[in-house]
Amino acid sequence: MMLDLYTRRRITNAIGLTVSMLTMAFGLFWLIWILWTLLEYGLPALTPLVFTQMTPPPGSGGGLLNAIAGSLAMTLVGTLIGTPIGILAGTYLAEFGQRGWLAPVTRFINDVLLSAPSIVIGLFVYEIYVVHVKHFSGWAGTLALAIIVIPIVIRTTENMLRLIPNTLREAAAALGAPQWKVVSFVTLRAARAGIITGVMLAIARISGETAPLLFTALNNQFWSSNMDQPMANLPVVIFQFAMSPYEDWQQLAWAGALLITLSVLTLNILARVLFRQSATTY
Amino acid sequence: MNAENIANPKIVVKNLNFYYGNDRALKDINLNIAEKMVTAFIGPSGCGKSTLLRTFNRMYQLYPKQKATGEIILDGANILDKSQDLNMLRAKIGMVFQKPTPFPMSIYDNIAFGVKLYENLSKNDMDERVEWALRKAALWTEAKDKLKQSGTSLSGGQQQRLCIARAIAVKPQVMLLDEPTSALDPISTAHIEKLIDELKEDFTIVIVTHNMQQAARVSDYTAYMYLGDLIEFGDTSMVFTNPKRKETEDYITGRFG
Amino acid sequence: MPTFLRETSLKRHNVLDLLFRNLTRVSAFGVLALLAAIIGSLVMGSMPAINAFGFGFLTSSEWDPVNDQFGALIPIVGTLITSGIALLIAIPVSFGIALFLTELSPRILRRPLGIAIELLAGIPSIIYGMWGLFVFAPLFADHIEPWLNDRFGAMPYIGPFLSGPPMGIGMLTAGIILAIMVIPFIAAVMRDVFEIVPTLLKESAYGLGSTTWEVMWNIVLPYTKIGVVGGIMLGLGRALGETMAVTFVIGNAHELHKSLLMPGNSIASALANEFTEAYGELYTSALIELGLILFFITFVVLSLARFMLYKLGQREGKVT
Repeated sequence: MMLDLYTRRRITNAIGLTVSMLTMAFGLFWLIWILWTLLEYGLPALTPLVFTQMTPPPGSGGGLLNAIAGSLAMTLVGTLIGTPIGILAGTYLAEFGQRGWLAPVTRFINDVLLSAPSIVIGLFVYEIYVVHVKHFSGWAGTLALAIIVIPIVIRTTENMLRLIPNTLREAAAALGAPQWKVVSFVTLRAARAGIITGVMLAIARISGETAPLLFTALNNQFWSSNMDQPMANLPVVIFQFAMSPYEDWQQLAWAGALLITLSVLTLNILARVLFRQSATTY
Repeated sequence: MNAENIANPKIVVKNLNFYYGNDRALKDINLNIAEKMVTAFIGPSGCGKSTLLRTFNRMYQLYPKQKATGEIILDGANILDKSQDLNMLRAKIGMVFQKPTPFPMSIYDNIAFGVKLYENLSKNDMDERVEWALRKAALWTEAKDKLKQSGTSLSGGQQQRLCIARAIAVKPQVMLLDEPTSALDPISTAHIEKLIDELKEDFTIVIVTHNMQQAARVSDYTAYMYLGDLIEFGDTSMVFTNPKRKETEDYITGRFG
Repeated sequence: MPTFLRETSLKRHNVLDLLFRNLTRVSAFGVLALLAAIIGSLVMGSMPAINAFGFGFLTSSEWDPVNDQFGALIPIVGTLITSGIALLIAIPVSFGIALFLTELSPRILRRPLGIAIELLAGIPSIIYGMWGLFVFAPLFADHIEPWLNDRFGAMPYIGPFLSGPPMGIGMLTAGIILAIMVIPFIAAVMRDVFEIVPTLLKESAYGLGSTTWEVMWNIVLPYTKIGVVGGIMLGLGRALGETMAVTFVIGNAHELHKSLLMPGNSIASALANEFTEAYGELYTSALIELGLILFFITFVVLSLARFMLYKLGQREGKVT
């Protein structure tokens, strides 16, 4: 009797653990397959022309130079706008918001916005900006990306500040330092590496975002250094080229897809390495 | 009575060594655990007393880089042997931890959990078993009206007795108690100590404690350990009143530790 | 004079303190203002459609830009079905992965494998979409869909859902791609909540002779129940609002079919495909109202998710 029940338990255990291992393999399988596809189609298409030529009309050769430049510009400016706001708000949540309703409510709303559909952010920017200036523009795209950056930076800033031991704050305060100095020169500085990690993850996230740019920056076939004009960017170009029936456009889309994925994954890994190094110094 | 010639040992430890990675945490331990008696391991923090206890049910095996060599003989078989089935071993050797660990389920289910692992009992038999275990653990009168309530609704001392009941319910032969009262108030502690005294009629008990008075109160045999060595082992009254080794005396009289 | 100096610097510090604190407070408040602005602008933008169709918008399956008739039923149903398929696949797989990462994996592999799963979450959704359209959908059409047709097509009840022309694109494909996308999110949350289970609790269960599976199923899962559900809701929130991965493979047809192999539409992909080409106020407004509905649904789902994860965190705070 006893052994019977025990044998059954052992079989259940063995099945459960085997299935668990298979699910892990299942997860890795997709990652490898997708990366493999990207290399297979993207590498041959990734010629020097991609970096030196503009996006072409169908049937003629070209590259992705204007799209790459547009993406870099919008990502950079979006990050520059979103990061300070995010750090300030995150600082409030961690350092000043112990009392009152503002901090808990903000924290909750921020966590919801963190995973809100990005296409809705695109709609929002369209409604408050594009409608009023009556044309798509690089600024509108930048604004949408900045709005996506803010919640990510808030979350990491708060998390990282909370890791700082209270004794550090007390030690600084005991010297008679005013709170703004304690926060900006001691705790924020101590949390620096973690916050930088968060910003890098935010950059990784927005550099692949397509949906919020569709209704804001749209696209531009030509070189554009004017942020007030529709602006080419990699994700939207990939979308349009991939959905097109032209083979040369599709090839460029693969090249762009490989570029984006490589940079996003590199940023992700770099952020982790950086964070790990800084974490060990404590 | 001398510990080395315990007539009918339940557990025999022979040349036991234990390693955390390359650190040797137990050094050639030899001792016998007497059947249906209470054996206490005492010593300062880091002396290896908990480590020794955790070799008896091979709990260390949950973690990588921890290994034990030597022999621990239970009922004629070496439990460190690879062929030893871990789950079966742990069904035979119950354990209670530093802090109460009620499972996230009702009081009744907490106790039934372990029993169900090995026995197919009818509803009636299970009810009886639960009552039996709760009575043994001196928790029945307090818990009988709230068997369906969550185990976490009990007080700390009651939770610890629930964990003892849970261990007893499986009907193990040996009970390992790893500082079972370290998280409890003095009254709950007294409860548990009284309980230990009653339980030794049925079980072989090994207790780790950092509280020397507790060891003196509840145990029949005491082992004093220091830095992974077994310094002295013998009859509790002997160890406490007339220690053979200078180190033991220093520790017991509070000159050290 | 030192005293004098000290007093001025004290005053300056007080002013700076006030300034700094209020600056951070205004930024925090900005998050709330942002939410209010998003909701406000979407409501304003959808007013023409709300006035024209009222609640009928939610239940009408008509989508006729030529005659200015719009209803949201098809994209809403499509969104729910694709997300439902995604969860059906993702929940057990994520549980298995989290179990592997917390209990089974050799310690050296734990970190790299965890990172690999997180990288899967980092791949931009447009890549999933492209891959789905060019690689997965053709294979699906050639091998899986004919098999589904043969195997299940004639069966009662489920047959109609799994039969149809093997086109590769459609709701089922979209659901599967979504599943691959949300698996890493759900698995990561599950792993994190599994790791908060106190070691002693697990040792107690092992101490009674439980197998690893029993410890997971009977102890760890009940203990972290709220957090696990929270993680699943978080994944659902992602799936509901996902745009690019779905847009590529769902087929973008304003049709309601019984069969999951047929093309359909989701809210996000309707927006992505039609918004820039929408003509006329009512068409645009109807699309914005779709966006409002999507935001509302995801907001509720994500709020519930966060609420559950907070509750787990609070309980942990009390115990320790």
